[in-house]
Amino acid sequence: MPTVEMTVNGKGASAQVEGRTLLVQFLREKLGLTGTHIGCDTSQCGACVVHVDGRAVKSCTMLAVQAAGATVTTIEGLANGETLHPMQEAFRENHGLQCGFCTPGMVMTAIDLVKNNPSPSEEQIRHGLEGNICRCTGYHNIVKAVKAGASAMKG
Amino acid sequence: MTAISATGIGAAVKRKEDYRFLTGQGRYTDDINRHGQVYAYILRSPHAHAEIAKIDLSAAKAAPGVITILTGADYDKGGLPAGWQIHSKDGSPMIEPPHLPLCKDRVRHVGDQVALVIAETYAQAKDAAEQIDVTYKELPAIVSTADADKPGKPQVWADAKNNLCFDWHIGDKAATEAAFAKAAHVTKIDLVNQRLVPNAMEPRAAVGEYDRATGEYTLYTTSQNPHVIRLLMGAFVLRIPEHKLRVVAPDVGGGFGSKIFHYAEEALLTWASAKVNRPIKWTAERGEAFLSDAQGRDHVSHAELAMDKDGKFLGLRVSTIANMGAYLSTFAPCVPTYLYATLLAGVYTTPAIYAEVKAVFTNTVVVDAYRGAGRPEATYLLERLVDKAAREMKMDRVEIRRKNFIPTDAFPYQTPVALQYDSGDYFSTLDMAMKNADWAGFEGRRAEAKKRGMLRGIGISTYLEACGIAPSAVVGSLGARAGLYECGSIRVHPTGSVTVFTGTHSHGQGHETTFSQLVSDTLGIPIENVDVVHGDTNKIPFGMGTYGSRSLAVGGSALVKAMDKIITKAKRIAAHLMEASVADVEFKNGTFTVAGTDKSVPFGTVALTAYVPHNYPITELEPGLEETAFYDPLNFTYPGGCHICEVEIDPDTGVTQVIGFTAVDDVGRVINPMIVEGQIHGGVTQGIGQALLENCVYDEESGQLLTGSYMDYCMPRADDVPNYKVGTHATMCTHNPLGSKGVGEVGAIGSPPAVINAVLDALSPLGVTDITMPATPLKVWQAIQSAPTKMAAE
Repeated sequence: MPTVEMTVNGKGASAQVEGRTLLVQFLREKLGLTGTHIGCDTSQCGACVVHVDGRAVKSCTMLAVQAAGATVTTIEGLANGETLHPMQEAFRENHGLQCGFCTPGMVMTAIDLVKNNPSPSEEQIRHGLEGNICRCTGYHNIVKAVKAGASAMKG
Repeated sequence: MTAISATGIGAAVKRKEDYRFLTGQGRYTDDINRHGQVYAYILRSPHAHAEIAKIDLSAAKAAPGVITILTGADYDKGGLPAGWQIHSKDGSPMIEPPHLPLCKDRVRHVGDQVALVIAETYAQAKDAAEQIDVTYKELPAIVSTADADKPGKPQVWADAKNNLCFDWHIGDKAATEAAFAKAAHVTKIDLVNQRLVPNAMEPRAAVGEYDRATGEYTLYTTSQNPHVIRLLMGAFVLRIPEHKLRVVAPDVGGGFGSKIFHYAEEALLTWASAKVNRPIKWTAERGEAFLSDAQGRDHVSHAELAMDKDGKFLGLRVSTIANMGAYLSTFAPCVPTYLYATLLAGVYTTPAIYAEVKAVFTNTVVVDAYRGAGRPEATYLLERLVDKAAREMKMDRVEIRRKNFIPTDAFPYQTPVALQYDSGDYFSTLDMAMKNADWAGFEGRRAEAKKRGMLRGIGISTYLEACGIAPSAVVGSLGARAGLYECGSIRVHPTGSVTVFTGTHSHGQGHETTFSQLVSDTLGIPIENVDVVHGDTNKIPFGMGTYGSRSLAVGGSALVKAMDKIITKAKRIAAHLMEASVADVEFKNGTFTVAGTDKSVPFGTVALTAYVPHNYPITELEPGLEETAFYDPLNFTYPGGCHICEVEIDPDTGVTQVIGFTAVDDVGRVINPMIVEGQIHGGVTQGIGQALLENCVYDEESGQLLTGSYMDYCMPRADDVPNYKVGTHATMCTHNPLGSKGVGEVGAIGSPPAVINAVLDALSPLGVTDITMPATPLKVWQAIQSAPTKMAAE
């Protein structure tokens, strides 16, 4: 079994994996970072979104070995100590989550969205979140949260 | 009325649970790993209906990492029970086929459990399953709801002739016939309420564990009601006494009903954990969830409404066929009966109603409660029928509703289909919704859209529902095999902080916040000093769980009762400390006072005294300050309201865009308006999903599920839905101490007919009068192409 090494949330991580091990399995099972979730098996739901080398990636759609040498950020790596990332804070402030299962992927996608478009319109936010399914919130408060998060990230 | 404190009842308090979910520290079942854990994969039937002729495990058992493989031949425990018994018109009990967690000789739907493979890793278990050689003898399958009871169709169960589970009815048939006999006009409608897949984002998962030293089993499971799972699995399936069985439902990623039921996998993992003497984990893949989570709706109905010449409703008769799937899931029989047909009065004074419901077995995944459970089906039927009646009577669709509303001063109101509504004000919710949606300005917007070549429509739904289920004696008389009370405990700690134990379960509803608000407000202590515990049968005395929008109305009422006991005892302690008579002690804002004096004792001092009883009425009162209460509801609760949807249809593509959605719901007393609005947003989105996007489809010949992934089953996404205008207008529930009615399901109940009525309104200039859910672009485009009136050339 190959050994993969990468930087996850600022720390070096390495583990032996089968060739077929997905990045999400590596994060959850080898590193115990269970904040990244698996909600489907067709790369549709986005619960597993993490940042790989600064870009949002569905970690169920990438092999762990493909991420060898990469810099990965998961939901666990966003907050600065007790201080939430502005996007996390915006989700909390705007009730942008209910059961919390889609939330990590939603927040990671939202941050990437805002990085590429610092002042997104509502339409752009809705379009940008198309790859993340939430069954609880009806998206209303998620859209509000992303908008607020975008403003906060500028500040 | 006192002002709302920043964290009290009525305040939009930010949620206590959010920090852990936002930082990846939620603890869902699949996040739990036990020492020595192994993994299970379930081999499922690829056929809708087949005999199992032979299972050859030899190659699979020799595969790497395999610990054991168990099949129906090994399974020596009980079947999964149905929790509700319906009797047919003729008095005979429903057909209740065996429901074994592992099939013995026959599979009855694609996805039925055939073998349990246990291996050191999940990948090894899955690999080994591929080497199991099952010889099936395929049989013809039946999946159609409408055709299942026709003669000559494939039979799912030998005992269930023509696939009939029960043939039930409610209402006064003779009175209804008499009403139709004097009718000036009868409006008729045929409707399909299509099958849906609940699709909580967290797939079901379980970890089963056996402790040989103590003989105790522990099951971690994605459940909305761990005590119910313990009761059903312990008493009926595995025969493990409650004190040797712990069921934990940790953070659960959405339920919407689908995680109420006792599932085969829960029993299998618990059972097998003792066989292999290792903890076993199973997590459903999404494709597996499509084949094994209980599905929802699936009714085919015909309804007729009798009216006098002025459009006053005289009578309603309904016949419905409800698909149960291949087996009876836990609460399946009550959904199309007591949660559906009892709702057919709706918000109207229809004096005579008669409904017949046939439940049928088919070679499909089981159907059970999904957000709304029976009430969306009733509401869709009524609100489509009322709109059609208005068109046929050439009446305004709002006026026909007003004319038939139950008057606001008529409560309590006895319907002809068993329920007695305690409160409501349908006129106000209607007026508010029409104002918020600018109903009056719609024709201007329609004309403007027409200039752009778009078809714009507006639709309305005025509805009510029955939730907070329900008095145990009543549901017992109707066939429920359980009580439907709730349990709550309040543990006041020596320094005055409080732990709340509730038998309800939160899987997105925010109980940790709402219940903390309720307790902190009532006891006058800071909200940070209150924690809520749920989801563990070893921590909470008992519970019936969360479904039917019951957590606050029933579970919250249990907490109120427990707090009443706390305050009663605390007053006696305070009276002793203040050397006063108990009758003179008052409690307000966390302080005990003696009327007419300046004596006072804070809550914290009383708590400490209860645990350090140096100066204490010890001969009259036990030390400690902890109380448990069970609350059995006196009636259902009856939320209701008005939903208005505005759509625009592109006639070239048939794409329907929801432009606006307005809801004004009466959910009784609101503890946290932010959470209430979030519940409505989510429910409405599931309703829009049903109306426009979602459809669970089986191949009529093979019985294969054609919509078995998110590539085929269309879930609502962010760009499918609009911003919502949500409001509430409360009339208080008159029979529970909170006045709350429940909010979990209203959005999904009221919204689908509002959307379809809007689509039909948009298509009305073309003469289109019917469309089935989901109104996909293809269906809408086809309706436009075959419309009686063609679109005018641009």
